[in-house]
Amino acid sequence: MSDILPFLKDLLTAPGLSGYESPAAEIISARWKPLVHEISRSKVGSLHGLRRGTGAEPRPALMFATHMDAVGLMVTGIVEGFLRLTQVGGVDGRVLPGQPVTVHGCEDLPGVIIQPPTRLLPPDIGNNQPVPLEHLLVDLGLLPHKVTELVRVGDPVSFSQPPLELTGETLAGHTVDNRASVAALTICLEELQTRPHTWDVWAVATVREEIGALGAYSSAFQLRPQIAIVVDTSWAKGPGANDWNTFPLGKGPTIMWGPNIHPALHKAFKELADRLEIPYAVEITPMHTDTDAVAIQVTAEGIPSIALGIPIRYMHTPVEVVALKDIQRAGRLMAEFVAGMEPDFMEKVTWDK
Amino acid sequence: MPTIGKIQIKLLERLCNAMAVSGDEGDVRKIVLDEIKDHADEIKVDALGNVLATRAGSSPSTSLRAGSNRLKVMLAAHMDEVGFMLTADDGEGIFSFETVGGIDIRQLPGKAVVVGKEHLPGVIGARPIHLVKNEELKNKIPLESLRIDLGPGGSARVKPGEWATFAPRFQRTGPSLIAKALDNRLGIAALIELFKHAPPNIDLLAVFTVQEEIGPRGARVAAYALDPDLAIVLDATPANDLPSWDGEENISYNTKLGHGPAIYVADGDTFSDPRLVRHLVAVAEAEGIPYQLRQPGGGGTDAGSIHKQRAGIPTVSVSVPHRYSHTAASVARLEDWKNYIALIHAALRRITSELVEKERA
Repeated sequence: MSDILPFLKDLLTAPGLSGYESPAAEIISARWKPLVHEISRSKVGSLHGLRRGTGAEPRPALMFATHMDAVGLMVTGIVEGFLRLTQVGGVDGRVLPGQPVTVHGCEDLPGVIIQPPTRLLPPDIGNNQPVPLEHLLVDLGLLPHKVTELVRVGDPVSFSQPPLELTGETLAGHTVDNRASVAALTICLEELQTRPHTWDVWAVATVREEIGALGAYSSAFQLRPQIAIVVDTSWAKGPGANDWNTFPLGKGPTIMWGPNIHPALHKAFKELADRLEIPYAVEITPMHTDTDAVAIQVTAEGIPSIALGIPIRYMHTPVEVVALKDIQRAGRLMAEFVAGMEPDFMEKVTWDK
Repeated sequence: MPTIGKIQIKLLERLCNAMAVSGDEGDVRKIVLDEIKDHADEIKVDALGNVLATRAGSSPSTSLRAGSNRLKVMLAAHMDEVGFMLTADDGEGIFSFETVGGIDIRQLPGKAVVVGKEHLPGVIGARPIHLVKNEELKNKIPLESLRIDLGPGGSARVKPGEWATFAPRFQRTGPSLIAKALDNRLGIAALIELFKHAPPNIDLLAVFTVQEEIGPRGARVAAYALDPDLAIVLDATPANDLPSWDGEENISYNTKLGHGPAIYVADGDTFSDPRLVRHLVAVAEAEGIPYQLRQPGGGGTDAGSIHKQRAGIPTVSVSVPHRYSHTAASVARLEDWKNYIALIHAALRRITSELVEKERA
C-alpha cells in the first residue's frame, strides 16, 4: 500500500467549495488516471473513473461514491473594503472569527474572517453572545479600491487552514469531510491494480453533496450501477460528541444500518470485515444517512446502496481530525469487497431472506 | 539610520512565529539576545526574565545628573503574547486549558494551536454543527467545553502547566502584515533595530519586558533597576477602525490603519508626560512623519508600571495601530511600522536635557 498522506495533504490544501469543485477534481483526476481505464467529468462536474472487470459482458457495475465538495462561504457584499459573507453548506458561525480564508476573486486572495468590536455591532449583541455570520467580515489587508477591483458579490470563499499532522498518525484540516473518503477510494483503486475483479467499478467523486447531492443523483442516473457504495465521514467521539451516534477515532470505519441501506449489502460488509478482522462499528441511522446514499438509493428505478463512515472529530470546522488508519482500513475493506464479488453477486441482494 | 527592509521583515516574521506566552518568553528572549549582543555595552537577564541592555552614547552631556554625561532614555517593548496554559490531561492527547492574558473566547473554536517547547501542532475543535441544538447557537461556546486536541499520542509529549498559543502563520499581502502576536513583536523588532542604530546623544537603556499582558509586571522592576530620566514604551494598539453595522460613522475607533504611529495622551493606566507628547508631535511635524494621537480611553501598556516607578518617571507610549489584537490573525500596515521606527528614532536624536528639565505644566 502506498503512503496516502502526501496525496491527502494535497487534497486538504485544495479549495473546492460545493459548486466549485474543479481544483479538487484536477488533483483527484491526476492521481486516478493511471489507476482506471477511463476517466471523465459528468455534466455537473463529478469525476467518473472506470475500472473494467474481467467478467463476461454485459458486466454488472458497482459504483463507489465519495463526495469531493467542501463547505465554506460566499461573498454577499463589500463595505469599505471589507467583505460580508453567507455560508455554503452547514457551517457553525461560531468557529469563524479569526479563521484564515482564501477569497476566490479575480485572483485568489488571502484573508481572515474577523469579528467586529462590540461597539460597532447592534446593541443586542454583547461580549457574551456569538456574533452572527451576517455581521462577520473578511479583511483582505488591501485598500478599499483594490478590494472593489478584485472581488465581486458571489465569489466563493474557502477555508485556508493548512493540514496539520497531529500525534498518533492523525491529521487535522478543513474538508477532511469528505476528502478522507476520496483518499480511501484511491487506496481501494490502488489495491485493485493487483486484485482481479469480475465487476466493473465506477470510482466517482461527486459534487455538491453538502448542498443537496446533485452529483450523486446525476452520476447514479448516468452510470446506472447495480449497486452503490457510498463512503462519507461520521462523527468521532471527542470533545462535544459522545452520544450513541459517535464512534471512536482510530478504531475502524463504520458500516451504516438503516432505511437507506440494503440489508444484504450491510450483511455482506459485516461478514467481510469480520473475516478480515478489520475493526468496525455499526452506525445506526434511523431516518437517513445524511450522505450521497440518500440520493442514489432513489435514483431511477432504485439502486441498492450502502454507506460506510470514516469517523472524524469536529466535523464542518476547519480543523476536522481523522486517523489515517481508519482511511486505510476503509480502503482495504472496499477493495476486498470488490475482489470478492462473484459475477452473480446480485442474486444475494434480495429481501426477506 | 534604522531601516525596514527584507532583513527586518524576516526578523519580524521569526518573532511573530516564535511562541512567548506571558511567563514563558524564552523563545523571543533568545532571538533578542542573539540580535543585540554585538551592539550592547552591557546585557542582563533579570530576576523576572526581562532583557536589560544598555548602550552609552558618545556625544557630550545632555544629562540632568551630576557625574554622568547624557540623558538616560529607557525604551521598553514587551516580549510576551497572550495564549493558553494546559490545565488537565483528559486522556488520548486531549487537554483542558485556560487563557493567559485578555483573550475573547469567541476567537478559539476551530483554531490551530501550537503547544509546549516542541511547538506540537494541535487544534481547538467544536461540536459538529449537525449535533448542535438551535438553542446552543445563541450562546458562545464556553471555555469549559473547549479542549486542545494533539492527537492520541499527545499525552506522552506534553503536560498540564505547559503553554500554547495560536498557530503561527505570518503573511504579507498588499500593504499589510497578517500574523498572530503583532502585539508586540512589532515593538520588539523595532526596538532591536533602534538599539542597533542608537543615536549618540543619549544613553540608551533598552528593556525587552516580560508579562505585560498579565501585568504589566516585567516593566515595573526593569524601570526600578535602570532608573531612567525618561521612558518611551513601544507597543501595538487596537485600531477598531471598521465600518459600523448600520452604516453610521464609526466614532468609536481607537486609531486608524495607515495614519501613522499612534502617540498616547491617556490610556486606562497612564496619563503620558505632556512634554514627551509635545516632543513626539513636534518631531513628527518637523520631519514630515505621519502620526496620529490615539483616542484617549482604556487599554494600557508597560507605561502603566514605569511612570509610577521610583519618584516618578516621565513616560509616553507609541504604538503601531493594528486590527484584531489578541486573535489568531492581526492585521497591520507595513508603512505604519516604518513610520513608527522613524518617529521614535527622530525623537531620540532630538532629545535634549531641556526636555525634562522644564516643568511638566
